[in-house]
Amino acid sequence: MTAKPKRKVGVRARLAGLLIAPARRAMDLIDIPMHALQRRLGTGGVAAAMLAPNMLVFGVFVLFPMFLNVLYSFTGGGALFLNERVFVGTLQYETLLDCGSYADPATCREDRFWRAAGNTAFFVVIQVVALVIVSLMTALVLNREMRARGFWRAVFFFPVLLSPVVVALIWKWILQRNGVLNAMLVPLGIEPVLWLVERQWAMFWAIFVAIWAHLGFYTLILLAGLQAIPRDLYEAAEMDGTSRWRALTRITLPLLWPSLVVVILLALIRAVQVFDEVFVLTGGGPGTATLFLVQYIYETGLAQQVRNLGLASAASILMALVLIVLTLLQLLAAARRERRENR
Amino acid sequence: MTGKMVLPAALAAMLGGSAFAQEPVELRFMWYSDGNEGEVIADLVSRFEEENPDIRVVLDNVAYAVIRDQLPVQLEAGQGPDLARVTTLKDLAPHWLDLRGLVEEPAYWEENFGNYLDWMRPEGSDIIPGYMTQLTVTGPFVNRTLFEQAGVELPGEGATWDEWAAAVNEVAADQGIPMPLAIDRSGHRFAGPAISMGAQFIADDGSPAIIDDGFKAMAERIAGWHEDGTMSPEIWGSVSGTTLRAANEEFANAQVVMYYSGSWQIGQFAETIGDAFDWAAVPNPCGPAACTGIPGGAGVVGIKYTEHPEEVARLMDWLASEPVLKEFYERTLFLPGHAGLTASGLEYQSDNPSVKESLDTFVRSVGQLAPLANRMPAWDWANIVYFATVSRLGQVVAGELSLEDAYRRIEEDVDQQIAEAQR
Repeated sequence: MTAKPKRKVGVRARLAGLLIAPARRAMDLIDIPMHALQRRLGTGGVAAAMLAPNMLVFGVFVLFPMFLNVLYSFTGGGALFLNERVFVGTLQYETLLDCGSYADPATCREDRFWRAAGNTAFFVVIQVVALVIVSLMTALVLNREMRARGFWRAVFFFPVLLSPVVVALIWKWILQRNGVLNAMLVPLGIEPVLWLVERQWAMFWAIFVAIWAHLGFYTLILLAGLQAIPRDLYEAAEMDGTSRWRALTRITLPLLWPSLVVVILLALIRAVQVFDEVFVLTGGGPGTATLFLVQYIYETGLAQQVRNLGLASAASILMALVLIVLTLLQLLAAARRERRENR
Repeated sequence: MTGKMVLPAALAAMLGGSAFAQEPVELRFMWYSDGNEGEVIADLVSRFEEENPDIRVVLDNVAYAVIRDQLPVQLEAGQGPDLARVTTLKDLAPHWLDLRGLVEEPAYWEENFGNYLDWMRPEGSDIIPGYMTQLTVTGPFVNRTLFEQAGVELPGEGATWDEWAAAVNEVAADQGIPMPLAIDRSGHRFAGPAISMGAQFIADDGSPAIIDDGFKAMAERIAGWHEDGTMSPEIWGSVSGTTLRAANEEFANAQVVMYYSGSWQIGQFAETIGDAFDWAAVPNPCGPAACTGIPGGAGVVGIKYTEHPEEVARLMDWLASEPVLKEFYERTLFLPGHAGLTASGLEYQSDNPSVKESLDTFVRSVGQLAPLANRMPAWDWANIVYFATVSRLGQVVAGELSLEDAYRRIEEDVDQQIAEAQR
């Protein structure tokens, strides 16, 4: 019978044990009241008690203001406090929805709301589609073996770290009459273009800047999704002689779908809420060419001489409804796809 | 005293001393700046604190947008600073502190600020809410160097808007300047020229009567000047809604031949332009009815929700006293809103001849204001009309609305705002 070899405990492990020991002691101490609490409340009760502070904060700072918003939308007058405001029923909603033809904002009583709604819809469709495609392409490129990969990933992520106001100011300096872009075009014999004053260009740059500013965030999510796909799937496909395009459509995209759903959902919500960058970049102009719903709500509720909080609240409720419907549709589509794949 | 006894005694003295020393009362003073007035008021306030060690003043230097957008919300909630420098003197008047029983000599305030107290009082009231940090008048500045280089004579006093438009176009064409004429994107700036064209704005009963031939004459010019290139869409057409867009930077960069703004720009131009080119304020161009700008200004008011009304009154008494106010106006290059100082005259602290000439021009223009222009700052609905005007004319410039549609929308917007205010 041979003697069992004695396990050698390394210095590093001992040191780690020493460092962890106080934490273990602390956890043991916490264990005492937790056991008492669990005996008293049961397992579910403890979970509820743990969640309660967070739910309280959520309730006070999110749910309660949302509830107040609904109440404000049924009131009128210039007063700030709800108890001093006049109940007007559905008047604010009727004002917003009073249109000869919804396709023509000029026929609507609150034409700026409908212009803002149209602009927002256009922005959401173009920006989200473009953002998802560009983010996906960027993630696919950054996922490949390449030189200075960390550097390139940082380059694409850098704009995410900037404040939206800074982003807008940088681009404003680039795009103004005497800005960098015109300074580059003039030597080529091209007349200076008023990029932020011509309607189509203003919308183009609003979308472009929004994509530039947020691209890194969505790329990062997709990159994480790509890295979670097992490499052996690609190796097997390669051995079977699968083309790159087929690998992309049959392996990458289906397995990336959960990440794509998250990206589309977040991009969609963020696009509907677009405000800060565009407000600083174009101020909603020229005219109302880049006026979006949140700016309309802000101006109606806060930047008028008589702050029309009722109308602004009603507009924000309508916007929230659209957002909820879009989110539900998105989630339904994702769930249906998942069910189909599981079958 | 032994060493053992000295330490406890010193500690006791320190503790006792601190217990009995009274903490100074803290006043929050919300302030915004266009030029150097933030530095000047900080200097004055620190002198006040030296003379009044029982009061500490925290000067909150904020952007004008905070005064315009956030202060009203704070006031509606019964909060806000102890005193503030504001331009919406009339609209927020219900929130001002009545200083009548608090200042040392109410008669001094009535005598020297009486002309402007109605601008900051609630309708029908006779309270003393504050004093004017500056009287302003809207009016044009010109880049005189460009006129000289183009060999175009500067239109003189009494020249019409159309004559000015022709002259600035000639200069711009000769000198390759992108903006012959720029007017701040503001209903307030539009109002003076519109009154010159014959606009009435106020009906006999005090309600708005906006769209008339005079208003249309100026609105048509704004639209026409954008079509023929006299005005660039970069100012009126570049933003949306009620957003103020000034052209001061473009003027300072010599991109504008004639810039219609107001007397508050003088201090800033003295710093930003300096002697880079010759500039000066010129008399308001004329229309068939007048050659007027619009008066206005900024004032310091006490906020009635303050917990320290007596200390607020002491600070305001000090700041509004003749020698202090004289120094303030002279250092900031502001037109005086104080009858005594207007009569005795000021020695503005600038060697720049453009500054002196511009101040003289604006002081003269105060005496030439149309009676209707003088009524506007005290009119309840003035800002509602200004906001609706700029919002809708901005859409005309951007090609979204016809002038006829804009007129209809302006009236609807004003009616809606008034209905909401009166609900």
